[in-house]
Amino acid sequence: MSQFREDHPLHVRRGPRNSAVAACLVGLIVIVFGLTYVKITSGGSLEGFDHAVRPGLAEQGTVKTDG
Amino acid sequence: MTDATLHTAHAAGEIQADPEFGDFFALLKPRVMSLVVFTAFAGLLVAPVALHPFVGFCAILFIAVGAGGSGALNMWWDADIDAVMSRTKKRPVPSGRVTAGDALALGLALSGFSVVLLALATNLLAGALLAFTIFFYAVIYSMWLKRATPQNIVIGGAAGAFPPMIGWVAATGSVSIEAVLMFGVIFMWTPPHFWALALFLKDDYHIAEVPMLTVTHGRKTTRLQILIYTVLLAPVALALAFTPVGGPIYLAAALGMNLWFLWGAVAIFRRSEEVAQADNYKVEKAVFKCSLYYLFVLFGALIADAAFGLQGQVLGMLS
Repeated sequence: MSQFREDHPLHVRRGPRNSAVAACLVGLIVIVFGLTYVKITSGGSLEGFDHAVRPGLAEQGTVKTDG
Repeated sequence: MTDATLHTAHAAGEIQADPEFGDFFALLKPRVMSLVVFTAFAGLLVAPVALHPFVGFCAILFIAVGAGGSGALNMWWDADIDAVMSRTKKRPVPSGRVTAGDALALGLALSGFSVVLLALATNLLAGALLAFTIFFYAVIYSMWLKRATPQNIVIGGAAGAFPPMIGWVAATGSVSIEAVLMFGVIFMWTPPHFWALALFLKDDYHIAEVPMLTVTHGRKTTRLQILIYTVLLAPVALALAFTPVGGPIYLAAALGMNLWFLWGAVAIFRRSEEVAQADNYKVEKAVFKCSLYYLFVLFGALIADAAFGLQGQVLGMLS
């Protein structure tokens, strides 16, 4: 005998909406992850609270800026 | 059941059926968002500082989400006006598909989210400008000016004019003359664009008791004001061609589109209300459509000049 119960009509009705919200949340995760990766690989670790690059924090010739 | 009881039920936020995801998306005013995305993209692309493509994509996305959040706040506040205007009565809140409370919550959440993430992804000034834009549209325009003065569109137009400036600031970190002129083009374009619409949406604003210029000063004055603002718009649009972001494509586009827009504004000014009614506002509708093309062509030309490396050539010819 199956252990799965039939979905409640409310869940069936709201299925598409919940799927779309889930897709948005996954998109948010991808964006935050992507931004983190880009910031780290383009000198983000040298930035302070105001996003200004501080060459003095890096060894000579290692400073990169966005773009 | 009467119309009154129907209206009361919707005003109280009674939901007729489960709202779909598309209903929440409609709260963000997707058509306005498309203009915001396009102009912000232009501002970001023509800036002299190149952003990493992914950061640039995120910046445009956050600006669009911020615009959407302010659109949801506008729909929450203006649900009573939207319910009586034929153009807006099918919007999610007045039609009863989404509660006013849900529109408010979505608007606040998206606004906060977009401002914080834009500031983190680009710089604090860009985030602050986006926050100010949302505040300006939701509070200054929607809550105050729209119901208080016939200058609502003139001053409120600033909210729609900020996106290219935010795009520019996201890339460069500062405001400059190019960004101010891009702001100026949309700011000066907004009144003739909306007043042309108000002329052929005959009774909507009157019924909703919104003090649009057509309601407070009449249609003759509105026709004159359309002409005045279109004349004032031309030098602002042409001035942008003589900055480091302007090029020959933009100069040609600005000349052509301003001549077209001016020709339409003159035609509107010379028409009487009787003539306009007789042909069902044919010229007014044509000028409204022309005004939509106007922005897309001008900002498209800016992008084209940047893409083909033609920026600054008009300025170079002068020096």
